[in-house]
Amino acid sequence: MNITLKIWRQKNEHAKGKFVTYKLDDVSKEMTFLEMLDYLNEKLIKEGNDPVAFDSDCREGICGMCGLYINGRPNGPKKGVTACQLSMSVFKDGDTITVEPWRAKAFPVIKDLIVNRNAFDKIIQVGGYISVTTGSAPEANSIPVKKENAERAFDSGICIGCGACVAACKNASAMLFIGAKVSQLALLPQGRVEAKERVKTMVAKMDELGFGNCSNTGACEAECPKEIKLTNIARLNREFYKANLS
Amino acid sequence: MSRFLGSSITKKITMALLGLFLILFLPVHLGINFLLLKSDPEPFNKAAHFMATFWLIKGFEVLLLASFLLHIFYGIFLQIQNWLARGKQYKITNYSQTSFFSKFMIWTGLIIFIFLIIHFMNFYFIKIGWVQGDPENFYGVAHQLFKIPAYIILYIFSFLILGFHLAHAFWSAFQTLGWNTTVLSLVFKGLGTLFAILIPLGFTIIPLVIFFTK
Ligand code: HEM
Ligand code: SF4
Ligand code: FES
Repeated sequence: MNITLKIWRQKNEHAKGKFVTYKLDDVSKEMTFLEMLDYLNEKLIKEGNDPVAFDSDCREGICGMCGLYINGRPNGPKKGVTACQLSMSVFKDGDTITVEPWRAKAFPVIKDLIVNRNAFDKIIQVGGYISVTTGSAPEANSIPVKKENAERAFDSGICIGCGACVAACKNASAMLFIGAKVSQLALLPQGRVEAKERVKTMVAKMDELGFGNCSNTGACEAECPKEIKLTNIARLNREFYKANLS
Repeated sequence: MSRFLGSSITKKITMALLGLFLILFLPVHLGINFLLLKSDPEPFNKAAHFMATFWLIKGFEVLLLASFLLHIFYGIFLQIQNWLARGKQYKITNYSQTSFFSKFMIWTGLIIFIFLIIHFMNFYFIKIGWVQGDPENFYGVAHQLFKIPAYIILYIFSFLILGFHLAHAFWSAFQTLGWNTTVLSLVFKGLGTLFAILIPLGFTIIPLVIFFTK
């Protein structure tokens, strides 16, 4: 396939940045989106140009590093996939693909398509964990967990912290991410112990870091590669006022 | 406590509660408006008089006005924060599958606000003496207004916009209050759509009937 790429290039956090157009022929339908970018970069390096900087690690949809805003959608036109899982077979010969970094005030661009997602780490650091004494893992069946809650906690726990929800949201809100992180712990007995303090500190941090407010628009749910549900935001709100009013 | 009151979620919950309070008021108002269809002005004027003088309702009125103002204040405040949170805009705007009307809440809200000012000039300001008119004959005022085609068009347009606001607002308020599970969500979305159609429809039928029959 022949593909035209319009890619955001920006030298560093403070540089102005602009779109640069690249033409690639011989793009195979079997490539993933990131392999296509690797292919472009090999070409750029051979020509003595600066390769396009983009993030990736696992390349199998589990680490959450690779987020790209492709043709107006986080991770491109396919539902429920990360950029590394996106196959070039969703594009046609002659297509023009515009690639932008996540845009949010809380996620500044570091270089080209790479953004700084430390804001998420900061939110996790103030409460997205449980305090346990270290040692060998306790016997799994000593604390009974309702099957339903175990399943719900798992559905929330699969959030990979990629930030596609923030990128998709018209308000750059992080509520789906925090909803998932608060839910996965709030649903389990081990997490309940610190549930009240957790939801308060995480929400306060989120506000402080400049994420927008939730309008219940649902773009996050539509674009989340792990298909985290809006019910997590409803639970977050419940947890939040329960923690503050009791 | 300030962490609680200043929180984005508290602001949204406040908006949702105030919004639901305003929503509750709409069917009551509509019910009274239907009295305009009677050829006898008495029942409507009596109802309006009762609303204007009964102490409980007067307290309610203050509450209603305060709700509007706070709902509008938070609406604008949150919207400005939301605009600022993006930073640099995307070249290609996101077209993700979303609750369509949620994207225009600030604009539908502001149009409702403009309509409310006009509405207040017509009625409330007469009552408090800012505008000339007979506060004991709101029936007459309404019938006069509903003879002006331009006013009817403005009126219907405003309620269409209110319908758009409600189409998202009703469900959204329950989601904000945390009352949504997968099943409840469908129930509230259904009820919300029904409400967003029936209430504006009810309000717009009245001037049309008056214009074409009286
Ligand atoms: C009869 C009049 C009105 C009713 C019944 C109403 C009701 C509601 C409700 C129930 C919500 C949902 C709250 C939530 O998402 O949790 C809402 C949202 C909203 N309303 Fe209103 N509203 C009215 C008038 C207005 C006016 C005059 C404005 C003026 C600016 C306004 C601006 C907004 C905005 C911006 C939102 C979205 C808030 C957000 O999602 O961040 N509304 N409205
Ligand atoms: S909620 Fe979904 S989109 Fe948001 S960070 Fe987690 S996995 Fe990514
Ligand atoms: S590289 Fe790990 S999720 Fe894409």
